[in-house]
Amino acid sequence: MVKLTIDQKTVEVPEGSSIMDAANSAGIPIPKLCFLKDINEIGACRVCVVEIEGKEKLVTSCNNLAEEGMVVYTNSPKVRRNRKKTVEMILSQHNSNCVTCSRNRNCSLQTITRNLNILDVPYEKELHPLPWNKNFPLIRDADKCIKCMRCIQVCDKIQGVRVWDVEGTGSRTGVYVSGNRTIEESDCVLCGQCITHCPVGALRERDDTEKAWWAIENKKKVTVVQVAPAVRTAWGEVFGIPQEEATMGRIADALRRIGFDYVFDTVFSADLTIMEEGNEFIERYKKGDTKQMPMFTSCCPGWVRFVKSQYPHLTGRLSTAKSPQQMFGAVMKTYFAKKIGVAPEDIVTVSVMPCVAKKGERNMELFYEEYAGHDVDIVLTTRELTRMIRTAHIDPLTLEEVPCDALMADGTGAGVIFGTTGGVMEAALRSAYYLMTGANPDADAFCAVRSTREQPRWKEASFEINGAVIQTAVVNGLANTRALIEALEAGEVHYDFVEVMACPGGCVGGGGQPIKDGFELAGIRSENLRGLDEKAQIRFSHENADVLRLYEEFLEKPLSHKAHMLLHTDHQAWEMPRSLSKEALIKASLP
Amino acid sequence: MSRLEIPVPNKAQLVVEQLYRDFERRIEASPSGLCPIDMSKAFLELCHAQTCGKCVPCRVGLRQLKKMISDVLNGRATMETLDEMKETAVSIMETADCAIGYEAANMVYKGLIGFHEEYVAHIELGRCHCNYQQPVPCVSLCPAGVDIPGYIALVHEGRYQDAIRLIRKDNPFPTTCGFICEHPCEARCRRNMVDDAVNIRGLKRMAADFAGKVAPPQCQPSTGKKVAIVGGGPGGLSTAYYLQLMGHQVVVYEMLPKLGGMLRYGIPNYRLPKDRLDDDINAILETGVQVKHGLRIGIDITIDELREQYDAVLITIGASSDKKLGVDGEDADGVISAVQFLRDVGKDTAIDLKGQEVCVIGGGNVSMDAVRTAVRLGAKKVSIVYRRRVADMTALPDEIEGAIAEGVEVATLKAPVRIETDENHRVKGLWVQPQMISAIRDGRAGVKPTGEPEQMLPCTTVIVAIGQDIESKHFADAGVPVNRGVIQTGRHGGFDLLPGVFAGGDCATGPATVIKAIGAAKVIAANIDEYLGYHHVIQSEVEVPKPNMADRDPCGRVNMTEREACERICDFEGVEKPMTEAECRQEAARCLRCDHFGYGILKGGRATLW
Repeated sequence: MVKLTIDQKTVEVPEGSSIMDAANSAGIPIPKLCFLKDINEIGACRVCVVEIEGKEKLVTSCNNLAEEGMVVYTNSPKVRRNRKKTVEMILSQHNSNCVTCSRNRNCSLQTITRNLNILDVPYEKELHPLPWNKNFPLIRDADKCIKCMRCIQVCDKIQGVRVWDVEGTGSRTGVYVSGNRTIEESDCVLCGQCITHCPVGALRERDDTEKAWWAIENKKKVTVVQVAPAVRTAWGEVFGIPQEEATMGRIADALRRIGFDYVFDTVFSADLTIMEEGNEFIERYKKGDTKQMPMFTSCCPGWVRFVKSQYPHLTGRLSTAKSPQQMFGAVMKTYFAKKIGVAPEDIVTVSVMPCVAKKGERNMELFYEEYAGHDVDIVLTTRELTRMIRTAHIDPLTLEEVPCDALMADGTGAGVIFGTTGGVMEAALRSAYYLMTGANPDADAFCAVRSTREQPRWKEASFEINGAVIQTAVVNGLANTRALIEALEAGEVHYDFVEVMACPGGCVGGGGQPIKDGFELAGIRSENLRGLDEKAQIRFSHENADVLRLYEEFLEKPLSHKAHMLLHTDHQAWEMPRSLSKEALIKASLP
Repeated sequence: MSRLEIPVPNKAQLVVEQLYRDFERRIEASPSGLCPIDMSKAFLELCHAQTCGKCVPCRVGLRQLKKMISDVLNGRATMETLDEMKETAVSIMETADCAIGYEAANMVYKGLIGFHEEYVAHIELGRCHCNYQQPVPCVSLCPAGVDIPGYIALVHEGRYQDAIRLIRKDNPFPTTCGFICEHPCEARCRRNMVDDAVNIRGLKRMAADFAGKVAPPQCQPSTGKKVAIVGGGPGGLSTAYYLQLMGHQVVVYEMLPKLGGMLRYGIPNYRLPKDRLDDDINAILETGVQVKHGLRIGIDITIDELREQYDAVLITIGASSDKKLGVDGEDADGVISAVQFLRDVGKDTAIDLKGQEVCVIGGGNVSMDAVRTAVRLGAKKVSIVYRRRVADMTALPDEIEGAIAEGVEVATLKAPVRIETDENHRVKGLWVQPQMISAIRDGRAGVKPTGEPEQMLPCTTVIVAIGQDIESKHFADAGVPVNRGVIQTGRHGGFDLLPGVFAGGDCATGPATVIKAIGAAKVIAANIDEYLGYHHVIQSEVEVPKPNMADRDPCGRVNMTEREACERICDFEGVEKPMTEAECRQEAARCLRCDHFGYGILKGGRATLW
């Protein structure tokens, strides 16, 4: 332990603590902009500077250590004066049109500007906008970028993709798509982690809410919306609604009041995915197809983009099952359209997802069947959903529990945990056990695959079902995924079935989720989903009555010809741009 | 100048003078990878500020050039802008009245030609795509990439053994390099911007002095693979060390009685005491490297035999033969090459020079070693004979100064013409043609004869130190690509047509420095490892202290001191005196920790493994 004085308070902290952590432990939050724990501790913004007695120069508190006997002032006149100057400098190069910014009232620069009571910036405004394809799902406003480098570091260290890089020197140093590429030419997987880790509004998803409003307004169109499992555990954060009250039922009420005609829960198609993917796995496993390389889950479009750009030769190892979003879309425009007697062309399928990559996924021409158009027409992120609730000036406190619409209303606990790392694997194993033995296991029998954002690299577990040993691994975060694939390819490990979620912690930590700068909320969101599973009446996908009826009345059985046409896809049908050099990418990621 | 007033510089001028000196040091520490066009613009602005303002081309033209460069930088230029820039620059060069104008335009013009591609890239891309390439200047400039801020921090804490362990991750010759490394690391040390470069080489020497014997790390499990290395110099031994740590069995073939190559048989004992060289070599041998002495490649054993017996073969034979002057009398008795001369000293078979007059031809480091050794062998008079000026010598300034302090004469601007011999074909003197310094070509001043008559410098021994050659004939015969005597490898140190054969060090680069050979050794060790089907990693367990946050107040650099010249010329003992521990700590505290402060913490700060 080291003992020091911060703002006249005596503080004792473990050796190796930063000055910032030491101050925090004494209830003194030091303002900061570029700092991201373990990821970006580079002291670039100089906002977190503090004064240390006996030293002339100010010191950044984020990346310098508390020392025995140190006397620190976090708010001396010198600190305050310099902090203000620095923020004024940042503002001179920041497009501060806050009122039209996606991060208005959720922006670290805005907060610190307000806190420092900066009313006038003495410097001339100098903005450096760059052209950007506004149709791409990921949008970057260069003139809002404060060059904190977080996007670069998150993409390098957490995702190991290196889409962003710092280029130029001197006053022209900036953040660009790496390797002189445009974003469309790049291998961006659209995970959106750069968005959720941007302290300002320089990065955002393409806003598709106007498209949704158009569809709602259009009398000819029937709007059918689905909501992904991870949305329910996060949307309430924006409105300050406690987790237990921020339910799917209240989202359904909000969506109805916004004007959607039919509201569904993607948990239904998560169960459907398990039926297809689970059966596919057992089939491939029994054929010996997983002896060399595993079958990978395919429900995460960020991961699909990753494998196709970084390890294209492994594309065939993906499950051919579509993701729950796409399956639901396909079923809405066929089975459901028929049931309600509406032509598929008149149906607009909308999905609310915790994800930016889903906006990319819907663009892929993957369908085979009879109707025109895409499985899913409009993809909204959780953040866009909350913006629509605001636009419709719905008071969240007035929302009530409302059930989803009939025909595809059922959802099991297994489907709910699709939103968290390890959840797809657990749900699949529960049903695989049933399919292989004819009896249900204990619903918690496969809790060994439950995983977290913080686990080392990946989590492995091995199960014996009816004499068959199934080796599984669960991984989240793409740098971890790269390490896993490298180990698989080097023959250091072997698995039959691997679940990959691109975002740290899984969809709960998705790039489309609400942003609270400096906080990683995947963990508590995930606990909530697991709690919902625990409390669910039905916890096995194969017991979802609406799913079973769908097979009975329409699809016959899992992996049937019809199921193949509607619920499976050809991953080879489209190409991703290739990645940068692999060596550099491995080097960039955190150990 | 006033007749009645003594001029006193005004205060502003005094401050500006100081700023000029600050700026000189700043330029010296300028990192590589900066945008050359941005730098051109910055230089141009400085030049323009120097303008008196009298003449049009300089006053107006430079300003227009500046605007056009800004357009390029701001993405507003076209290819026509470049044409206009060239025309404007040439016009200023041809019309400006004084050097302030025409040389400023010339600087821009040189850039327009020299980094034309960068200009075009800026115009095509509409922005700068340059990358800062020197996050930690010293590490970037060290050919072996030694973790310099890391070991300096360890030295500062008095953790000398850990410092040696950390250095060995990238350089198994910490002691040797502590004595004789040419320290390219210091060239752009950011501390220059404050006061002066950190004495990095000196601190390494002190780490080695204070650490005592430090055992090498454990080898990784044996792979059963065998590698032959031909030549036991720094390159060969460094590769041997890393390959052995990776688990391969290395056998070094050395034709001379002891290991070390040029370190033992080229560099005199007074610069690198041989018992200290042995510290490094013993640690390398402790890893289990085997050595076969006395076998000459091409005579006792052939490269093809080695390829049969081993899984991989590395050629690190150095550059151990001499270059010839090509003048009459060179074959006379009393003419000896510096390589041979120094090797004889290393082998204790040196000729006696007592009372003799010695001329050493050449201005490089080997020449300095030869003259200072000749002094120690008792010569009455020793002269350096060199075609150019002292300022043009390639030897380190310290070495030249050391030689002069030891009483060596410097005969500059003298081109050797022939060697005068007596009836026994013994050297009587060296005829030289007086030269005058002349036009600068490719940045180096040339010489031409003054027209004066030739002069004879009387002497009894002539030592030729004008360069070294490589004994590459056997390898050329065996199919190894050789060009002008230098073995031609790929960038991985191997040969496309000879799988499993690698070459490195002086024999593949021409005569260079120890640290370059060590840097190449790391690359070759990694490539041999990959060739053998592995991907071993070399790392160090040593934890580097966190940087201290003390203010970096200006503080003089601790330079090494030397024994008095009159005393040191009487023996071959080390010339350089160590720092005291207090000096050592003060010097270590001057390090700015560029791995933590500045760009280093964002990218490329610390490589913990390779």
